[in-house]
Amino acid sequence: MSEPIPDPLAERRGFTRQGFHRGARAALAITLGLSPFGLVVGMAADQRGLSLVETLLMSGLVFAGTAQLVALQLWTDPAPILAATLACLVINLRMAPMGAALAPLLDRVSGWRRWGTLAFLVDNAFALTVAEQRAGRRDAAFLLGVALVMWLNWMTMCAFGHVFGAALKLPPGHPVFFASSAALLAILVPIWRGPAELLPWIIAGVAALLVHGAGLGAPWPVLAGAFAGAAAGAFRDRRAA
Amino acid sequence: MSLRPDVLLAILGMALASYLCRAGGYAILRAIRPPPFVQQMLHYLPGCIFIAFLAPVFAQLGWAGWVAGAAVLLAQWQLRRLALSIAVGVGTLWLMQVLAG
Repeated sequence: MSEPIPDPLAERRGFTRQGFHRGARAALAITLGLSPFGLVVGMAADQRGLSLVETLLMSGLVFAGTAQLVALQLWTDPAPILAATLACLVINLRMAPMGAALAPLLDRVSGWRRWGTLAFLVDNAFALTVAEQRAGRRDAAFLLGVALVMWLNWMTMCAFGHVFGAALKLPPGHPVFFASSAALLAILVPIWRGPAELLPWIIAGVAALLVHGAGLGAPWPVLAGAFAGAAAGAFRDRRAA
Repeated sequence: MSLRPDVLLAILGMALASYLCRAGGYAILRAIRPPPFVQQMLHYLPGCIFIAFLAPVFAQLGWAGWVAGAAVLLAQWQLRRLALSIAVGVGTLWLMQVLAG
């Protein structure tokens, strides 16, 4: 693919200070909901014998709660280098299509603005950014603003869980753990563009449930559902065209 | 305050794998010009990812989860305040667990 000549002005419009601040503010609204997850990861790391430095290094560099939890469940002594790496690869595979879906935003920037922002991509940051993109604003700095606030909150909560986890005693079924699912669900409201979404969303849900019901774990229900639903939408649109 | 070399290697492996996932999808999309069908898929992909993520979660939560989920959607649709919608969801689920006691 031939690169167009970089236009510094266009690059600046695609990555603004205002966008960064909008993103940071948007993230503040959901950090409360994501905090319990950070606590749990900090607690799990403590139980596996990781030091506070190791816990924060992992959370800071990996920044993916589910993958970290699964890796910590597989944890052994000495550390399972291959198993932990593979767990992250498999569970975070769902983020590959997210990055692709953000192409309209990422294509407008280059260098660290593109590849550095991608390093902070997570589910909720992606959801907020898609909602922003669909409101007509294409600003990659919004994603970075969201993600950095979430990252700071994540580090704080993981440290808190590691240090005070033993005293917190949150049982696994506690309603506070519903917060992260509630955050994703709420962000679906601004992502909804109208009845055209209905068929792809239903297909996505059914396919994910089928794969989940067949006994396959993460990431397969997400990937199967996402691609089945998106393919259904694309197929319908092509027939209609 | 220790940092063991085997733990450090595991963490670096996890970080590398995670970055490959985050950047890989976009990098592949740039490297190969996707056909129109795939571009149309990308148009629907975001919403579908989240539905596919949430469907098994709610299937396991049972009816209390569905009621709490409906409360989240209603709150977000009417008031458009994310922090409030999350609190409404957690509060509803908590209330129902107390009532079901």
